Amino acid sequence: MSVFKDSGHLFRFAGLFVLAFLLFLLIRGFVVPSSFGQYGHYRGAAIDEIAAHPIKFAGHQSCEACHQDIQDQKKTGKHARVNCEACHGPLAGHADDPASVQPVKPDTAVLCAQCHTASAAKPKGFPQVAPADHSTGLPCQTCHQPHNPAIDAGGAK
Amino acid sequence: MKITRRQILILLPAAAVAWEHVLAGTPESAPNYKMSDHWWSMLIDVPRCIGCGNCVRACQAENDVPNGYFRTWVERYHVSDWKMENPQVISPDGGKEGFPVATDEQGKYFFVPKMCNQCADSPCTQVCPVGATFVTPDGAVLVDQKYCLGCAYCVQACPYGCRYIHPQKRVADKCTLCYHRITKELTTACCEACPTGARQLADLKDPRDPIHEFIRTHAVQVLKPQMATGAKVFYNQLDGSVR
Repeated sequence: MSVFKDSGHLFRFAGLFVLAFLLFLLIRGFVVPSSFGQYGHYRGAAIDEIAAHPIKFAGHQSCEACHQDIQDQKKTGKHARVNCEACHGPLAGHADDPASVQPVKPDTAVLCAQCHTASAAKPKGFPQVAPADHSTGLPCQTCHQPHNPAIDAGGAK
Repeated sequence: MKITRRQILILLPAAAVAWEHVLAGTPESAPNYKMSDHWWSMLIDVPRCIGCGNCVRACQAENDVPNGYFRTWVERYHVSDWKMENPQVISPDGGKEGFPVATDEQGKYFFVPKMCNQCADSPCTQVCPVGATFVTPDGAVLVDQKYCLGCAYCVQACPYGCRYIHPQKRVADKCTLCYHRITKELTTACCEACPTGARQLADLKDPRDPIHEFIRTHAVQVLKPQMATGAKVFYNQLDGSVR
């Protein structure tokens, strides 16, 4: 055994290395989340956490479950494919609890103008008016029913 | 114990199958949503956008985006007839409250909604030093805000300027493609609120999704294709002056 003669210090050192490596593994086991590396070099559980974010816009399918009458009114008009919450705002709270969360009716003078104010920048085929000339300050729903805006479809209701 | 060659040949495939199971990990938790069935993208139909700002407002409401920061925003381009390479681009408050009325009839105008391009080979995820941002198996680029250090390498790496450091949380924040909605069979908040259908969520893995037909039959581009980011936000009739 002349090879290992006088080599005790090397074995002690190797032992230290092994201990340090085990300590490293132990700490790593505690600090690296269990789902890290589940799908790639990231924490797999983060996907579920992000997916658990609460919803604010209920989606038009939820609206139509109760408001079928509005849906019928809309479907023949120009606004057939404008979703409810595009004008009425985020209403997941109302969809969850229709009694206690009541949406505020939008002011048509402001709301309609957001899309339909005339501007050279808008696509030419899009219906647009200069609100001051078009209605002399009257609210839009005097003549247009917002859910089906053609004049012959009837005014305010 | 002595193992014969016959026994080894029988055991090897069995061990391989068992090892495959170990590698595959635990099955996904959501019962109705399978990440492997989707590859999300978005279609933006530029000629349909009227610059109303509904998408910007909807995104801020849905995702609690702080004022002055944007996960999506709208830019208005004005390209004059004689100076194509220098378009005038405005985006007042991200287009959140719409745009000022344009009176100059000369030249051409159009609106370009911008958002995270959900790149398949995203530069932002490659630079993260801690694995806090990643592409999910269904193609959304997300930020793990518990893991993020806020070093902002990814903010600099994004060629589209789609990331920011959240002023209160001090971590990177960006469009999640409304991941909490699309995993529950809803569309994104911006698509839900868009009155003209200029934005449409699309699933490239769904063979029945109309996006396949649309891409075949229309002049569709991605932003900065020369960067080879694998961007998945497709723009219909995008003008050459858009950067």
